[in-house]
Amino acid sequence: MGLGSLTSRAMIRRASTILNTTRSHNFSLVRSIVSTPELKNTASAAAEATPDPPLPPPRPPVNNARVHFPNPEDAIEVFVDGYSVKVPKGFTVLQACEVAGVDIPRFCYHSRLSIAGNCRMCLVEVEKSPKPVASCAMPALPGMKIKTDTPIAKKAREGVMEFLLMNHPLDCPICDQGGECDLQDQSMAFGSDRGRFTEMKRSVVDKNLGPLVKTVMTRCIQCTRCVRFASEVAGVEDLGILGRGSGEEIGTYVEQLMTSELSGNVIDICPVGALTSKPFAFKARNWELKGTESIDVTDAVGSNIRIDSRGPEVMRITPRLNEDVNEEWISDKTRFCYDGLKRQRLNDPMIRGSDGRFKAVSWRDALDVIAEVMHKVKPEEIVGVAGKLSDAESMMALKDFLNKMGSNNIWCEGNGGQPQADLRSGYLLNTGIADLETADVFLLIGTQPRVEAAMVNARIRKAVRSNHAKVGYIGPATDLNYDYEHLGTGPQTLQEIAEGTHSFFSAIKNAKNPAIVVGAGLFEREDKDAILSIVETIAKSANVIRPDWNGLNVLLLNAAQAASLDLGLVPESDKSIESAKFLYLMGADDVNMDKVPSDAFVVYQGHHGDQGVYRANVILPASAFSEKEGTYANTEGRAQQTVPAVPTVGDARDDWKIIRALSETAGVNLPYDSLIDVRERIRTVAPNLLSMDEREPATFSTLIKPEIKKEINPVPFKPSIENFYMTDSITRASKIMAQCSSQLLKK
Amino acid sequence: MFARRAAQRLLEIRQVFRQSPQASRSFSSALNFHLDTPDNNPNNQWKFSETNNQKVKEILSFYPTNYKQSAVIPLLDLAQQQHGGWLPVSAMNEVARIIEVAPIRVYEVATFYSMFNRSKVGKYHLLVCGTTPCMIRGSREIEEALLNHLGVKRNEVTKDGLFSVGEMECMGCCVNAPMITIADYSNGSEGYTYNYIEDVTPKRVVEIVEMLKRGEKPPPGTQNPNRFKCAPEGGHKTLLGEPKPPPCRDLDAC
Repeated sequence: MGLGSLTSRAMIRRASTILNTTRSHNFSLVRSIVSTPELKNTASAAAEATPDPPLPPPRPPVNNARVHFPNPEDAIEVFVDGYSVKVPKGFTVLQACEVAGVDIPRFCYHSRLSIAGNCRMCLVEVEKSPKPVASCAMPALPGMKIKTDTPIAKKAREGVMEFLLMNHPLDCPICDQGGECDLQDQSMAFGSDRGRFTEMKRSVVDKNLGPLVKTVMTRCIQCTRCVRFASEVAGVEDLGILGRGSGEEIGTYVEQLMTSELSGNVIDICPVGALTSKPFAFKARNWELKGTESIDVTDAVGSNIRIDSRGPEVMRITPRLNEDVNEEWISDKTRFCYDGLKRQRLNDPMIRGSDGRFKAVSWRDALDVIAEVMHKVKPEEIVGVAGKLSDAESMMALKDFLNKMGSNNIWCEGNGGQPQADLRSGYLLNTGIADLETADVFLLIGTQPRVEAAMVNARIRKAVRSNHAKVGYIGPATDLNYDYEHLGTGPQTLQEIAEGTHSFFSAIKNAKNPAIVVGAGLFEREDKDAILSIVETIAKSANVIRPDWNGLNVLLLNAAQAASLDLGLVPESDKSIESAKFLYLMGADDVNMDKVPSDAFVVYQGHHGDQGVYRANVILPASAFSEKEGTYANTEGRAQQTVPAVPTVGDARDDWKIIRALSETAGVNLPYDSLIDVRERIRTVAPNLLSMDEREPATFSTLIKPEIKKEINPVPFKPSIENFYMTDSITRASKIMAQCSSQLLKK
Repeated sequence: MFARRAAQRLLEIRQVFRQSPQASRSFSSALNFHLDTPDNNPNNQWKFSETNNQKVKEILSFYPTNYKQSAVIPLLDLAQQQHGGWLPVSAMNEVARIIEVAPIRVYEVATFYSMFNRSKVGKYHLLVCGTTPCMIRGSREIEEALLNHLGVKRNEVTKDGLFSVGEMECMGCCVNAPMITIADYSNGSEGYTYNYIEDVTPKRVVEIVEMLKRGEKPPPGTQNPNRFKCAPEGGHKTLLGEPKPPPCRDLDAC
């Protein structure tokens, strides 16, 4: 919010005014509460100000905000501190001030939540208005003359701040918000230097909101941001404002945990230290942390995150603003999985001895053993599986290496047998995450977006709230946090819709922007081609794919999936694992190990001692997403990069480097020695993975695919994720996620 | 030393488990959060009675069907009358179910208004006005007399469950100060009355309590036999003639 600059600006100004006016006020004996000296004597201040000093040059908009005029005729002109700005009709005074480059202090106002107008911190003076107006709730009117820097506005802020601090405890030294607290910053910038309140401060009972959010309700200033977030964005109406007057408090009334998958975001929106992170409590101060702007890999959304680390330790994960992906929210899994990065890590290369126990060895020995075994087995018996957290570079290296060894059985877990990688539109969220907001009818097929991709679900919920979008859902009974019509549980319902006999078909057909979302859990089904072709029939007959709108989507489950299909990680035979003699698991933990023959040699390369390790003969330690540079494509086909935030653990190495070294030991040198070279290789296979941070939509629509006539299996769809909090090796190692799944999941 | 600490601890524990814990600043009779007790927990079944169901339908018919939540206050009031003057959490949940909102939205309303009691009250809930005019005219003595006579503290219920005494902000009848209100929940929502007893004295409130104990209905309104409604004692003293218009500036002269 740029409050740092605000503070310094206010302080510089204050310093200069004190210097100028100390002499004239030496004789005033009355100790006034107003700390800005010019307020003591407004008349003389006004008289001094009459010879107009030249206005400083206009300021750039706050946060480089660009104003979008939906209709140029609706532009109105307002004056902020003497400068004229043009804003669209319907903007509030506060937004107009932001366009003019004036950051108005605020607590309750949040651009993504409804307007409450109850903190009164954003008071500004408006000419011809009898009293200061709350700028967040006041619509800007043509010709309005807004003054944000006048004695009246300053006095109003100072007064509001005094009231807010009246009941706010003075525990900043032991408060986790200290250093990034809006109240702290704004009281420095706009508050008085003393308070007049001498009574006892009030105290409020702390609430138990679960294992993620710590509450110190005495610090609460009743801005109601968390209440509005819970009911508007998260869709769980748990929090409310109880009581009245000075007895008012935020709470759930009945003892109840906050069972939202987005609950961690209330920590960010709380302007004070009332809601803080429970796992992060008393761990670090925010100014000690190094922020690294990276990407989340726990689901296929690719939320933009900042990894805050201190030394070799990841201390916390916070969201980064990206309007196209996650706005400014992230799911609880993304935010709190970080303690899994410190537990159950693989440190050294290890070989399982004859006694069945692992023994730490040197890299050279481990690679020699693997190369030896690889040369003994037949090329078609070599199988490689990439895990759900693999980056594109390592998957490229794995595919190149195994191809050089003569095998073409490389796939990525979660894609099922015989994945269709020919048409990109067949596995991407073609509408785009941000554009889902504009859809007005959703058909969710075998997907529970709330657990599969919480941020996508937040978009669907937004569409349901703002355009009253209708949602039809086919799959097992589930709890989505918006109203939906449960159409059925299995593919037969889909068939009915395709034949046009189902009532929901007309809803799709009559919709302006219909969106069909197919869950990637379907990829595991035998009859997926038949189901997908039925979905395509629906799309064709209901006109879901148009030049200006592509509403046929697949919602992927894992971070690696989109890139793996882009790179063509498709196995030659879908029974490859049953005949494998040499299995290379690159972080793959969800492969069904019962199918692997007992005499197969299994290499596990990864960062966590998870399910894959139990069967492994050799372990190669790799670095996790927080420790390496890697490219990930999210479910809408947007390539993004992780950045190393902390050093790797023990003797671990980046995935692609391990494979590169192994290729040399095996005598089939891969032709790249640096990440740049690997990316040059990727350019020849999937150039879209190199256009960073940009969504590369699929070129051809799925409709050009020939229709497949196959029988569908009437088995109902299964939920693809059983436990939202534990989906991969990192989250399974996390203690916080374990607490969440034991306390928050409904049994 | 040990005994004293143990006694203190016991007191603290009792404080937590008291029926109506007293928050230092709560205006109504209960805390701003709910503590489960055997007669007040979400697992209890609570339903509107047969006759009240008709009233619920009538109340809902006052509002457009897409604004059902507007009925929250009348429904809570009806539930409170039916449940002997207070709202258990299950009754609030039932109201939330009827008006199709999340329960927390009903809790918000019920905790906001001090006339919704969220802990047990007596069949006769006596509310003493404590605002300035009544206070000047001796409301504190009246409350003291009531509490002494009944042997309870404020917001406590007598052992026989008949009476409880609460405080209320201005009842808007300052001309007849001091005054109390009797919220009569003894006959459910059908026989519910809410009467002002005005111009009371510490002696008179005790008499009124005794009348209620005997099952008599005290006469509502002023208790001063020399007054008629709000008129001054001994008949009118002002406004005896034809009222004169207020003096105005002579606008033509300006």
